Amino acid sequence: MSGAFRVGTGGRIDRSRPLHFTFDGRGYTGFAGDTLASALLSHGQHLIGRSFKYHRPRGILSAGAEEPNALVGVGADEAHYTPNLRATQVELYEGLVAESQNRFPSLTFDVGEINNLVSPLLPAGFYYKTFMWPASFWKKVYEPTIRKAAGLGRAPREADADFYARSYAHCDVLVVGAGPAGLAAALAAAASGARVILCDEQAELGGSLLADTAALIDGKPANEWVAAMLADLQSRDVKILSRATAFGYFPHNMVGIAERVTHHLPASLRDQPRERLWEVRAGQIVLATGAHERPLVFPGNDRPGIMLADSARQFANRYAVRPGSTAIVFTAHDSAYGAALDLAQAGVRIAAIADLRETVEGPLPSRARRAGLRVLTGTTIARTGGQLRVSSAALQPVAGGTTEDVPCDFVAMSGGFTPSVHLFSQSLGKLRFDDAINAFVPDTPAEASHSAGACTGIFGLAAVLADGAGKGALAASRAGFTPAALRDSVVVAEDGAGPAYAGATPLPGRGKAFVDFQNDVTSKDIGLAVQEGFRSIEHIKRYTTTGMATDQGKTSNMNALGIAAEKLGKPVQEIGLTTFRMPYTPVSFGVLAGASRGALFDPVRTTPAHDWAVARDAVFEDVGQWKRARYFPLGNETMHQAVARECLAVRRAAGIFDASTLGKIEVVGPDAAEFLNRIYTNSFTKLAPGRLRYGVMLREDGFVLDDGVVGRLANDRFHVTTTTGGAPRVLAMMEDYLQTEWPDLNVWLTSITDQWGTIAVQGPGARDILAPLAENIDISAAAMPHMSVRTGLISGVKTRLFRVSFTGELGYEINVPAGEMPRLWEAVFAAGQAHEIVAYGTETMHVLRAEKGYIIVGQETDGTATPDDVGLGWAVGHKKPDFVGKRSLSRSALVAPGRKQLIGLLTEDPTIVLEEGAHIVADPAQKIPMTMLGHVTSSYHSAVLGHSIALAMVAGGRDRIGQTLYVPMPDRVIAVRVVSSVFYDPEGERLNG
Amino acid sequence: MLLIPCPYCGPRPELEFRYAGEAHVARAAQPACVDDEAWASFLYMRTNLRGVHAERWRHTHGCARFFNALRNTLTDQFVASYKVGELRPDRAA
Repeated sequence: MSGAFRVGTGGRIDRSRPLHFTFDGRGYTGFAGDTLASALLSHGQHLIGRSFKYHRPRGILSAGAEEPNALVGVGADEAHYTPNLRATQVELYEGLVAESQNRFPSLTFDVGEINNLVSPLLPAGFYYKTFMWPASFWKKVYEPTIRKAAGLGRAPREADADFYARSYAHCDVLVVGAGPAGLAAALAAAASGARVILCDEQAELGGSLLADTAALIDGKPANEWVAAMLADLQSRDVKILSRATAFGYFPHNMVGIAERVTHHLPASLRDQPRERLWEVRAGQIVLATGAHERPLVFPGNDRPGIMLADSARQFANRYAVRPGSTAIVFTAHDSAYGAALDLAQAGVRIAAIADLRETVEGPLPSRARRAGLRVLTGTTIARTGGQLRVSSAALQPVAGGTTEDVPCDFVAMSGGFTPSVHLFSQSLGKLRFDDAINAFVPDTPAEASHSAGACTGIFGLAAVLADGAGKGALAASRAGFTPAALRDSVVVAEDGAGPAYAGATPLPGRGKAFVDFQNDVTSKDIGLAVQEGFRSIEHIKRYTTTGMATDQGKTSNMNALGIAAEKLGKPVQEIGLTTFRMPYTPVSFGVLAGASRGALFDPVRTTPAHDWAVARDAVFEDVGQWKRARYFPLGNETMHQAVARECLAVRRAAGIFDASTLGKIEVVGPDAAEFLNRIYTNSFTKLAPGRLRYGVMLREDGFVLDDGVVGRLANDRFHVTTTTGGAPRVLAMMEDYLQTEWPDLNVWLTSITDQWGTIAVQGPGARDILAPLAENIDISAAAMPHMSVRTGLISGVKTRLFRVSFTGELGYEINVPAGEMPRLWEAVFAAGQAHEIVAYGTETMHVLRAEKGYIIVGQETDGTATPDDVGLGWAVGHKKPDFVGKRSLSRSALVAPGRKQLIGLLTEDPTIVLEEGAHIVADPAQKIPMTMLGHVTSSYHSAVLGHSIALAMVAGGRDRIGQTLYVPMPDRVIAVRVVSSVFYDPEGERLNG
Repeated sequence: MLLIPCPYCGPRPELEFRYAGEAHVARAAQPACVDDEAWASFLYMRTNLRGVHAERWRHTHGCARFFNALRNTLTDQFVASYKVGELRPDRAA
């Protein structure tokens, strides 16, 4: 059933397609072409929400993107729920479910409205002044209470069921905004031969022309002209994006556009992405973003039923809705007279037009007077009445005198227009203040952009069309095309002109006069901020929060400026304007994330033996992007039990371990040895082919960056390994030095991490397991000693076989082409069965290496450790003339006594395993804050030793060996004895076996 | 997103690049001969210019080469890009 306030004919709605929807559980009908706002207004429903701070009843202020009040949550279920949508931009669809926000228990009765009564306690900055003591109340009382009472919508309770897409596009000319200026610009650019993209945030293109029932362009009514224009643009292959909001202008002419592909459809019909993110890189950009009407700041200007005049005109003309029965029009600009005439045409009784100006002579006011409307110049509204809807307005002469209370259910207000310079300003373009319209307009662009039409302060349809065509041609010309000659449009239209009004209206009576509707900032708040000493508009903005809401101050910035300017006694242009930030209107997280969610959020890297580990019920851990098997539990084993079993098996028999995640870099070329000699602290020139060397790499500041084993395969070829996480930064650093510091060296670097899989076989049985598999490699102790490398075949697979150990046991690392690794892994595991081989994971690897005091870069080191600090002084080739970081090692701070050094710790109670990261002190009885000597870096239970072990970095640590130190914990103090960092087989006999 | 002019590949989006700090900070040929103060300056002191800044970029996901570029730090506009070893084009004369 059609709403009681629906006009019988006209509008762009499709009366043959009625749509049913609910708002706060109550059923309504509207038509295709309605927004949620226009459909609710057609039923006389103005009350849509409660305000942010005072919980005041709020209605629909505007008809578009600038809407600060009418925010709703939309979605039939939690998986399709979107909060904080502007009802003025939500297209109606069959079955739409919407709810109001920020009210409890209901929209018409909201207990939070108490805030309005106690509002003298809640002035600007009240949270800085009021909720200061006691400090303990902040987290537990004040913050939760404030957060519950204030705020907008709520987050959905289920994961988003829709999906999102991303597209990239390039064009010669991007036109943002498809109002008259944008359409004219797009045609001029396309006619010149440029590739053009035209985007507009609305479902229908045409902008202000969609609500213009009076204008004639080239002899056609505006809406017919728009249709013809769109057909023309399509025939010229202009890419047209509707429902597409250009929300951000990024450097180098890139514009982010959020396109609502199916968001305007019922969830059951969404067979396409809900939204699509466009990243458009344009040669030239025409900004035709229009203007927003400025509210007037008078007491009680926020009651439901008080609306911007041009928006009221749009509801009447475009949506065929009467926004009220009896209206007062309150204005400081001629354009509102056009709105009044159109509202009267739609059946609204205009009780009065109150104009702040004394003299009003333009063509529109004259027409209003001729139509018999009651025009009161030099008149203000001192206050309004009404609870959930405006019921009266008190008119008062600006010169002073008695007030006249006029009953009404609707007020249309207009302070003139503010050009929408958001995108221009985001692009770092400079603004200038235009006295003629009392607003900021684009001045010097910082990018290849051209502003056209109302967003430059040009009003009047003929001038706007001409400006759009001119800027479109200019953009095409700058993009390298010869502008086509187009004839000017012939326009018949009546336009309102003149400066906009900035600031509070005169003679305010009792009641709050709102500047920023969304953040509940009143004219008094701005005045208070100035009174309290704030001078910069940036400070006033932050103190009062004016303009900081999600509407980006579209309706409030200029009025806030006007009030501040008046209080400070300075012209507006001297106060300056705050920064515009993206997004222009809020953008969903979904469209920004696109496909990057769930399994696609971040790449997952798996090793060639991953499936084998999965089949063996391995427990995995994330190491960077890698999935690594942490341990292989048998039956109901805990991690502790599994790790103890795996550790003992490696020490007593043999273990197999997937070391494929180690970074690997192939270093090739005649100067490869010299290059590595300069990169690593160790000497590489004398390393013989067939030998391995443990290498330490520093940053130029002398601190340990990475470590790994380097094998020399031939005179000019090295197989370099890095830590699992370090491969990219190591390769980047190598490339940096090679390309920029030593370009004379003839060396090639290649990442081979993914090309080679690595199987570690460790333990006393390792050689016996591998010997039958090695086809042409003699792996006997004599032929292949510790720290050697051989190439050949193992079980039919090409290998680079390292004899190396990160466990302290006899061990090998079998590097094979990744594709062959699963097969070889199975072969080794099968061959190992007779030797009681077990598969072990990273947790066991950590324990085994800690028992030997081997460091892990990033665990024992933290970016401030020198090689000597972590016991690797032996690896530094002091005789070499230079290597990366060498000069820094002699800096005074790096050779000073008392540096933290790697040592071992044993707890007095062998069952206590220290917490990694725990601090270490000499005297636990000292006053807090205690003097800390260092911290625990690694800590485990050692099954083979039968007690706990820990590695730690302790000031002057090596001189403290034998001392007792203390680890204070919240519940106790743990005594520890400082020992060598090598706990097991200190002579290293086992790995040389 | 910046559009960065790689001197080898042409303009490419910023995602393909890694920033690599200020350009023309030369490592001494013989660091051992550099005194502590000069070495500390080499390690830590950078100009942090307001205006045209010479900086290093690496086209990591492209040709993988390091190069130098002049960028205005106020506007983010690139003035020039040039290969390692070449003189700053605005000071070449």
